[in-house]
Amino acid sequence: MWRQLAPALRAMVFFTLLTGLIYPGVMTALCQALFPRQANGSLVKVRGRIVGSALIGQKFTQPQYFHPRPSASNYDASASAASNDGPTSEALVERVKAAIAQFRKDNPDYSGPIPSDLVTASASGLDPDISVASAEAQAARVAAARGVSVAQVRALIRQQVERPTLGFLGPPRVNVLALNLALDRRFPRP
Amino acid sequence: MTASGVFYVVIYFLVLLALTKPLGLYMANVFEGRRTFLTPVLRPLERLTYRACGVREDVEQRWTQYAASLIAFSLVGFLFVYAMQRLEGFLPLNPMGFGTAHAPANQTAMTPDLAFNTAVSFVTNTNWQAYGGETTLSYWVQMTALTVQNFVSAAAGIAVAIALVRGFARKQMRSIGNFWVDLTRGTLYVLLPLSFLLALFLCARGVPQTLAAYVKARTLEGRVQTIAVGPVASQEAPKLLGTNGGGFFNQNSAHPYENPTPLTNFVEILAILAIPAGLTYTFGKMVGDTRQGWTLFAAMSVLFFVGVFICTHAEQAGNPNLARLGVETRATAGQPGGNMEGKELRFGIPGSALFTVATTDASCGAVNSMLDSYTPLGGLIPMFNLQTDEVIFGGVGSGLYGILLYAILGVFIAGLMVGRTPEYLGKKIEQKEVKMAMIAVISTAFAILVFAAVTLDARFAAHGYWNPPGPAVANVQNGGPHGFSEVLYAFSSASENNGSAFAGLNANTPWYNLTLGLAMLLGRFLFMIPVLAIAGSLAAKKKIPETSGTLPTHGALFAGLLVGVVLVVGALTFFPALSLGPIVEYLLMLKGKLYSSLILTAWS
Repeated sequence: MWRQLAPALRAMVFFTLLTGLIYPGVMTALCQALFPRQANGSLVKVRGRIVGSALIGQKFTQPQYFHPRPSASNYDASASAASNDGPTSEALVERVKAAIAQFRKDNPDYSGPIPSDLVTASASGLDPDISVASAEAQAARVAAARGVSVAQVRALIRQQVERPTLGFLGPPRVNVLALNLALDRRFPRP
Repeated sequence: MTASGVFYVVIYFLVLLALTKPLGLYMANVFEGRRTFLTPVLRPLERLTYRACGVREDVEQRWTQYAASLIAFSLVGFLFVYAMQRLEGFLPLNPMGFGTAHAPANQTAMTPDLAFNTAVSFVTNTNWQAYGGETTLSYWVQMTALTVQNFVSAAAGIAVAIALVRGFARKQMRSIGNFWVDLTRGTLYVLLPLSFLLALFLCARGVPQTLAAYVKARTLEGRVQTIAVGPVASQEAPKLLGTNGGGFFNQNSAHPYENPTPLTNFVEILAILAIPAGLTYTFGKMVGDTRQGWTLFAAMSVLFFVGVFICTHAEQAGNPNLARLGVETRATAGQPGGNMEGKELRFGIPGSALFTVATTDASCGAVNSMLDSYTPLGGLIPMFNLQTDEVIFGGVGSGLYGILLYAILGVFIAGLMVGRTPEYLGKKIEQKEVKMAMIAVISTAFAILVFAAVTLDARFAAHGYWNPPGPAVANVQNGGPHGFSEVLYAFSSASENNGSAFAGLNANTPWYNLTLGLAMLLGRFLFMIPVLAIAGSLAAKKKIPETSGTLPTHGALFAGLLVGVVLVVGALTFFPALSLGPIVEYLLMLKGKLYSSLILTAWS
């Protein structure tokens, strides 16, 4: 084995240069040239100021905005995390129970069933989307807070729905940041 | 399982099937040194590699030399990764200042045991993450240590599989190829071009590729959000193609920057199984009978479908404990239903469950949903996939040599039943081959069960060095049988070089870092070395002509035998342990039994 150490060392140095510096370096240059927006994180700017990323969920608690899913990282995009609560965990059941109670309190006009994504924590803690049902369940609250009709808010949700890619990939969904930006544009707060 | 879920799996399988032959044929040409369409571009680079490494490409090695090269290369790789991590504070491309006095407050310290664990993990193609990428590692370490191992540890796995295939294909030869040549060809001709294309695609769909520091945003509600970015696309591509699985970010392929859309998710699942599936064709081609390769493919497909069906069904059925609170677990037009705890909405239930089954069929270990929050039966499938040595397509290389060991055991068992000397592909399977196959299968089972058992009983002083929380079971987050599953899964994942986790387990303590690191080493090398020994022994044998008494090793009968051997070996070895974990938890879940958490989580 010791006779193999010399080629091993030389191979390691060579492959480190090739796949550890040249390859990522070339990819960085190419991606920055071809897809500058995506390569830098799909950042969203409002009046020149970065307000977040189109792909990364952020925290919303005010009534005039749609709220995202619960997050185990509290939407800290520098430290992604999940709850890791198991299916028979008391902590999970207590947390979901509290989330449902809070939701019912915040949205007294909604009496339908609780969509499965609305009260469960996502895997990344940064899920940017909610389901269409989760958005519609909040429509009345948002409409009241902005002083517009529920029908207007529902129409806006419909415009923002992303259908399954190729018709079968992923459930229909709404990007919370995009929806809230559209709200601010369409129905500026008084 | 919903109709769209079934459709998802069927389309996925058809695309995988369509890729298998072209990719497999290409790899056969590469490893047999024939000209391919990339030869004009890559041949000069290949020659340069041999010159840089001081290797002669026309000199072949016996199996002992081949194994020595593999071990020497892994050892040097380990030292490189270890050193890079420990020195990250002094190295360039560290905009966040990890390992220095300017590090962010949420940094995970790079202790010697964590660096050991991570280095072993990446060199053995396990890519277990006891750290969170974006809070621990500089861009330099991500690129020059982890991305490099994403390529070369995968290429080493392919090399060993090719060496074993040569053992079957050759007759009366002493050599099984040259490790350095196989390593180089696997990296340059297979992994690098595919990674290049996949990284470009991923970046186009939103995966960042930048060397700039993390971004500070002010959200619509006026909060400051620090957004971690980095050279993600270039690491993500070989992470999947090489069935590595170590993510740039803590939450791996669930993180929107690693896997931004439903389409990238579909392509990522394909990237995990494409090379392992292709290798079954490569095998058939190299032994001169493609039916042999398709038979392995068929056996793998059966196990694949069973796993996907059970897992998707269990997750779509959801958690009755939450249904009782009024959560809608049926899928409707407006919401996905099912168990969405620990899952991303854009993937839905089918896109999450398929990823989970594929990543554990292979030795990938990337995750796009949190296995710890799966329902008991949904989580049983990935665990059982690991414990049957990941032979359902499997890791790059390791899947093929794993299933070939099972094929050897299969013909041996069939030979015992009819009282004839077993043969496979014209080679007599004798004492040495069966012994070596058993060493490989038993050593991984030993590593899983013994390390898990010792850990469950290991007691340490609280606030001591080995395990600050105290006894080793104090590190599990969930109480009851689920906590047991967390420990069993961790050692299954490490021993099988998978790297996925029931992530509630706090595994970043010296005890877990060291024992899991040892389990990875046992699982990698006590599997690979017996495989190479078999390759050497087979290559030296004569080919015996087929007779009417030869058991045909192609067709449905042999595929069925193979499926049976995999299931029986797995079930006999692990059924007792699985009954104490996921199975009993399933029954208790139906009764509504709940367990309190053992440790407080960072929930806010």
